[in-house]
Amino acid sequence: MLITRRADFSSSHACYRPDWSEERNRAVFGHSANPRGHGHNFVLEVTLEGAPDSVTGMVLDLKDLKAIIQSEVLDPMDHRFLNHEVPPFDRVVPTTENIAIEIWRRLAPHFADGPARLHSVRLYETEDLYVDYQGDAA
Amino acid sequence: MIQLTRRYRFAASHRLHSPALSEEANDRLYGKCNNPHGHGHDYILEVTARGPVEPESGLMMRTAALDELVERGVLSRFRQSNLNDAPAFQGATVPTTENLVEEIERRLREGWREAFAGPWPVLDRIRIQETKRNVFEVTVNQQ
Repeated sequence: MLITRRADFSSSHACYRPDWSEERNRAVFGHSANPRGHGHNFVLEVTLEGAPDSVTGMVLDLKDLKAIIQSEVLDPMDHRFLNHEVPPFDRVVPTTENIAIEIWRRLAPHFADGPARLHSVRLYETEDLYVDYQGDAA
Repeated sequence: MIQLTRRYRFAASHRLHSPALSEEANDRLYGKCNNPHGHGHDYILEVTARGPVEPESGLMMRTAALDELVERGVLSRFRQSNLNDAPAFQGATVPTTENLVEEIERRLREGWREAFAGPWPVLDRIRIQETKRNVFEVTVNQQ
């Protein structure tokens, strides 16, 4: 069974590489290349896979998942400029793809020993653009 | 591997009527959707591409290239149109949203290689929301 918890955070990012020319940054990243940054109301969906416990009837207490998302994602990323304040985005371009992968990396250790398995991370940059990441294995 | 989904919107009308069926059978099968004058929807189209993230840029694909392909191949053709007027729906193929998904898949496959050189990204999934209550989806498994 899959269970999903949704959370949102507002952050700014700039998609550019300081080691590239302005022209190259503009060609690859378009408007997002402005080094001063711009922001989004990111919406995160974290999906776990597991079987309901026979006593509690839960795959995982969603309060626990909420607390993990709070400490691993919202506390460090909400109302921050990702490039300047949230490693590894001082050296990795904080594209929506890379933010989703980083969120997966931060969450995955919490679910390494079960009972629930981290199934997927879906990150909406806007209502009209989102990425799904299911780990390196997928 | 990562999937990236873009959402697009277009308004179009259609009439569900099969030339293979009698007037009575069409009326029974399609009900309100068989109204001879047609009716319309605000379709929401989701197109998903899949591929590895390019390490240097952190991008899986150039989203603008997908936007251009969908605009050229799908939106410019169907936006503010009567779907029954499209060549694909003038014969025996009824413009149900099932058939619309398949027509959009055909159109995206046709332009894909021109939009994206190289093996990645691939077309992964097409999903159309006809109304809030009716959603149609195909997994493409493009090679």
